[in-house]
Amino acid sequence: MRASLSIVLCGLGSLGPLAAAPARAADLDIRLQIPQLDVAEYHRPYVAAWLERPDQSVAANLAVWYDLRKRDHEGEKYLKDLRQWWRRSGRDLQMPADGISGATRAVGDYELKFVPGEAPLAALPAGDYQLVVEAARESGGRELLKIPFSWPVQKASALQAQGNSELGTVTLALRP
Amino acid sequence: MKVSITNRVRVAALFIFLPLAAQAHKAFFVPSSTVLTESDHEITVDAAVSNDLFYFNHAPLRLDDLQITAPDGSALAPEHVLTGSFRSVFDVPLPQAGTYRVASVSNGVFANWQGADGKPHRWRGSEADLGTEVPGDAVNLRVTQVVNRVETFVTVGKPNRTALAPSGNGLELLPLTHPNDLVVGEAANFKLLLDGKPAAGLDVTIIAGGTRYRDQQNEIRARTNADGQFTITWPQAGLYWLNASLGGGREGPEPDEAPARGQQAAARSPAGEARPRRLSYSATLEVLP
Repeated sequence: MRASLSIVLCGLGSLGPLAAAPARAADLDIRLQIPQLDVAEYHRPYVAAWLERPDQSVAANLAVWYDLRKRDHEGEKYLKDLRQWWRRSGRDLQMPADGISGATRAVGDYELKFVPGEAPLAALPAGDYQLVVEAARESGGRELLKIPFSWPVQKASALQAQGNSELGTVTLALRP
Repeated sequence: MKVSITNRVRVAALFIFLPLAAQAHKAFFVPSSTVLTESDHEITVDAAVSNDLFYFNHAPLRLDDLQITAPDGSALAPEHVLTGSFRSVFDVPLPQAGTYRVASVSNGVFANWQGADGKPHRWRGSEADLGTEVPGDAVNLRVTQVVNRVETFVTVGKPNRTALAPSGNGLELLPLTHPNDLVVGEAANFKLLLDGKPAAGLDVTIIAGGTRYRDQQNEIRARTNADGQFTITWPQAGLYWLNASLGGGREGPEPDEAPARGQQAAARSPAGEARPRRLSYSATLEVLP
């Protein structure tokens, strides 16, 4: 499962905004904003993105961004603060998870592209899903956004959810 | 002044035997965390007895009966153990992933009788010492078996259930929903066991922490069904204290004042002895947002 996801996230390792990501046709394209916050103590948020089934079980893990720089895997200590992700699947994974884990990102806009024929889309059965994006910040808050959609995609659409604390706008662009 | 000091000493002496005492007060553990990752290697736990949840303002919970069970079922020793005036403190090493159970399990007897001098006597201790501590000429001897369990749960990484296995003695909670999987707004299912069998028709009381900062206890009450099960939907995130008792375990009168309650018969010892039992179960549960 983990190995099959490793090819999914093109450009995840790079820290820059994903304008530099490879321009490939994408079936499922997620844009998420990490907003500028006016707080006394700022740490970059931990972010997880996954697809869940109607019963809230995890159909596919898409990304988890956490502090990879700390020694002795100290950054993993706070993965549990992505509470829902932790409970749904994070605690079952061995970190770092190939193709899923990446470093925390600075304030900015990011794009995750998922191409047809490759995991997790290739293995995704037809049905109703929700994209879930969860963000949690050390000494900060936690926010969770969900965007429901049906798979496979019938017609092109761009669905949106608006965060108001730890996340800005999250957009899910779907193309048949 | 002198009087109040004497009183304090007397109260303190009483609570040395607290696990066996009628619990007008609430005994509880407060773990520093209940959900951890594998990069966490230790937690600390407070243990106290008080009316207020979860404040240390009455007496420490004595740690003589502390039982820490690791995820593989092995016993773990606490570290940095301290018992102060108001609370006990200890650290729990977390050497492996899975679910840990931190429990205080006391199993003893309470005896009261009329001595040769005509005065009332009371004694608490172990079953084994009963013969030597109670004089042979005791009149109106009443002996009550007291089994109290106070516990909490902690999970590192993926939860497991090895440490949750019931012992089969006294009142116990069999969590059907994992006790470190409790989320606000979601229903959680539990089963109460009496000597390992479903305890039907038993009242369960659940109180959220932070009682100092509100005017009402806001108790949540539940009753076990025929299979010993009950369901709680958590109204808010936080620490909760769950309690059930039989035979006047928590707030009931002292045995020397207590008329036999209907439930007391059901709580009789498995050996079929007529000795009444007083059973209590308490757990600290954390509900996350």
